[in-house]
Amino acid sequence: MLRDLQLVAPELILCFGALGLLMVAAFVGDRSLRLVNWLSVALLGAAGLVLLGPAGNGGDAYLGLYRADLFASFAKVLIFGASAVAILAANDWFTRDGTHRPEYPILVLLAAAGSGIMVSASDLLTLYVGVELQSLAAYVLASFQRRDDRSVEAGLKYFVLGALASGILLYGISLLYGFTGTTLFDGISRALAGPEGISTGELFGLVFVFAGLAFKIAAVPFHMWTPDVYEGAPTPVTTLFATAQKVSAMALLVRVAIEAMGPAADGWRQIVIFSALASTILGGVAGVGQANIKRLLAYSSINNVGFALIGLVPGTREGVSSVLFYLAVYVAMTLGAFLCVMRMRDLDGRPVETIGSLSGLSRTQPGLALALLFFMLSLAGFPPFLGLWPKLLVFQAAVNEGYVALAAVGIVTSVIAAYYYLKIVKTMYFDEPAGAYEPGRRTATGVVIVAAALFVSPLGYLLIGPLQQASLNAASSLL
Amino acid sequence: MIQAFAFYLFASILVAAATLTVFARNPVHSVLWLILSFFNAAGLFVILGAEFIAMLLVIVYVGAVAVLFLFVVMMLDVDFARMRAGFARYLPFGALLGVVLVAELVLAMGAWSAGAIALDARAAPTPAAVPNIQALGTVLYTRYLFIFEAAGFVLLVAMIGAIVLTNRQRRDLKKQDTARQIARRPEDAVRNVVNQPVGEGVTL
Repeated sequence: MLRDLQLVAPELILCFGALGLLMVAAFVGDRSLRLVNWLSVALLGAAGLVLLGPAGNGGDAYLGLYRADLFASFAKVLIFGASAVAILAANDWFTRDGTHRPEYPILVLLAAAGSGIMVSASDLLTLYVGVELQSLAAYVLASFQRRDDRSVEAGLKYFVLGALASGILLYGISLLYGFTGTTLFDGISRALAGPEGISTGELFGLVFVFAGLAFKIAAVPFHMWTPDVYEGAPTPVTTLFATAQKVSAMALLVRVAIEAMGPAADGWRQIVIFSALASTILGGVAGVGQANIKRLLAYSSINNVGFALIGLVPGTREGVSSVLFYLAVYVAMTLGAFLCVMRMRDLDGRPVETIGSLSGLSRTQPGLALALLFFMLSLAGFPPFLGLWPKLLVFQAAVNEGYVALAAVGIVTSVIAAYYYLKIVKTMYFDEPAGAYEPGRRTATGVVIVAAALFVSPLGYLLIGPLQQASLNAASSLL
Repeated sequence: MIQAFAFYLFASILVAAATLTVFARNPVHSVLWLILSFFNAAGLFVILGAEFIAMLLVIVYVGAVAVLFLFVVMMLDVDFARMRAGFARYLPFGALLGVVLVAELVLAMGAWSAGAIALDARAAPTPAAVPNIQALGTVLYTRYLFIFEAAGFVLLVAMIGAIVLTNRQRRDLKKQDTARQIARRPEDAVRNVVNQPVGEGVTL
C-alpha cells in the first residue's frame, strides 16, 4: 500500500495540493490569487522532483493499473513544466482583464494530475479516468473568460466534441474488454498475441480506441475542433492545450499502441500512417491562408502531430524515442511562440492576434521579434535551429524500417508549412510597422521566452546528447 | 411459485406503466407512470439476482433522472399538444425505429440462446457465493481503489467547473450579511430624539 502511494506520488501531490489550495481560495477569496499561483507552481515543481524517487521508475502500482516508468517520467516532466508556464503566463493575461481567479491554477493542477494519470496508465480504466480528469478541466479552462463570447463558444465546442470522442473511446474500450476479457494493457497484449490472431471484434475496439485518442491529439481526421478552440480559448489556456495536453495524449497513444496493441501493430499501423500523412498535409496546406496567429499555430500543431506520428509508425525503440524527442522540442517551440503571442498588445493594452498586426515588429520590439523569429524558423525546421533535429530523427526512424515514401511526403509537407512560418518572419522584418505596440512589460514569462529561444537556437545542440539518451532510456521501458 | 408470481406481477405492471407513459395526455402523469415502470423494472432485476442494478435503477433513475424530468416538465412551458401535432408526419420514422428495435431484440434473443460470450481472462471473476453488491464493493474499494478515487476527482473538477462558470457576485441584489448584523451595536442603530413636539414627524 505504502509502495503504491509512493509510486503515484506526483498525482497525489497535485490532487491534494489542489484540494488545499481550493480551501485557501474559498476562505481567503480573490486576494489569495498571488499565493495560490505561486504555490501551484511550487506543487508542480514538487511533483516533478518526486520523479527522482521511486515514482520515477518504480514499476507497477495498484496491481498493474498504474505504471511508473521512465517513459511516463519523461512525459510528466514536459507536462508539469508546460503547466507551470501556463499558470505563470495566465497571471499577467487574466489580471489585466480582471477575470483572474484562483480556480484557474487549481484547474490547471487537476488537469496536470489527469495528464499524469494518462501517461502512467497501464489499464484501460485508468486511461479513461485520466483522460476525463484532464478533459473536464480543459473544457472549463477553455471558457474561463466567460464574458467573452469566443471563449464560451470554444468551451462549448470543445465540450460537445470532446464528449463525443470520449464516447467513441469508451465504446472501443468496452469492445476490447468484451473480446479480450481484460482491461489491463498486458492482458490485452497477451490476448492479441494469441494463436487465433486478432478477431474482428478486437479490431473494431482497436479502431475506436485509436479514433478517440486521435481526437485528443488533434490528428486528422479528428482535428476539426482544433482551430476554433485554439483561437477562442484564452491564450494561456491555448498554450496549455497545445503543449501539456498534447504531450499527454500523444504519450498515451504511444503507450497504448506499443504496450497494449503491440501484437496488433499491423492493425493500427495503417491508421497511424493515414493519420500522420493527413495531419502533415492538412496542417501544412490549411495553415497557409490563416490570418489569425492562434489559428495558424493550431494548424502548426496539427502539422507537428503528424510528424510525431511518423515516428510511431515503425513501432521500434528508435521510433518511440524519436517521438519523445520530438515532443520535448515541440513543447519548447510552442511554449515560446504562444508566450510571444501573449505579449502582442496594442497601445490600449488589448490583445491583438492578427498576423498583419505583426508588421514591422522588428523595429518596434526587436527583442520580441527576434525571439519569435527563432521559434518560427525552428518550427519550420530550418538548418541552424534545433527544430530540424527531431524531424531528422523521426524521418530516420521511418526510413530505417523501410517507410521511405512516408518520410518523403513528410519532408514535402514540411516545406509547405515552412511557407507560413516564413510569412510571419517576413511580416515582422520587411513590412512597414502597422500600429504602435505596447512597450514590453517585465513578467516572469520573459525568462521562459529567453530560455526557450536559447534552447531552440543552435546552442540547443549541446543538449541533444543528454536529451537523446533520456528519450532512448524512456523508450526502452516500453520496448 | 412466488418467483413466478412476482415476475408476472412486475412484468405486467411494467408493460402497463410503460404503455401509459406513452399514452398519458398530461406530461406530468407520463413522468409518474415512468417512475412506476422504473420501480417494476427494478423488481425484475432483483428476481434476476442483479440487486446492484436494481438499486441503481431506483437511486439513479427514479431518484435523480425522473425527478429532473418532473422538474423540467413542470417548470418549462412546453406546449405538448402542439408537439403532438406532427404525430402522423413522424409516424413512418417512428415505425422504422420500432422495426429496428424489434430486429435487435430478435438478434439478441438468437445470440443469447447461442450462449454468452466467454471472457477468458477476466481480471475480477464474479464469485459464486457472495451477493453481487458485496462482490462489486470488494473489488471497487480494493483492486480498483485508485480509479475510484480518481473518478472522485473527476466529479470534483465538474463541481469546480460549474461554480467557476456560473457563480457571479451580483451587486443589485440585497443579501443578508449575518456577520454585519451580529456586529451591529445598539448605538449604531438606535438614536434618542429629545424635545420632540407631539404631532410632528421625525426627521431621520
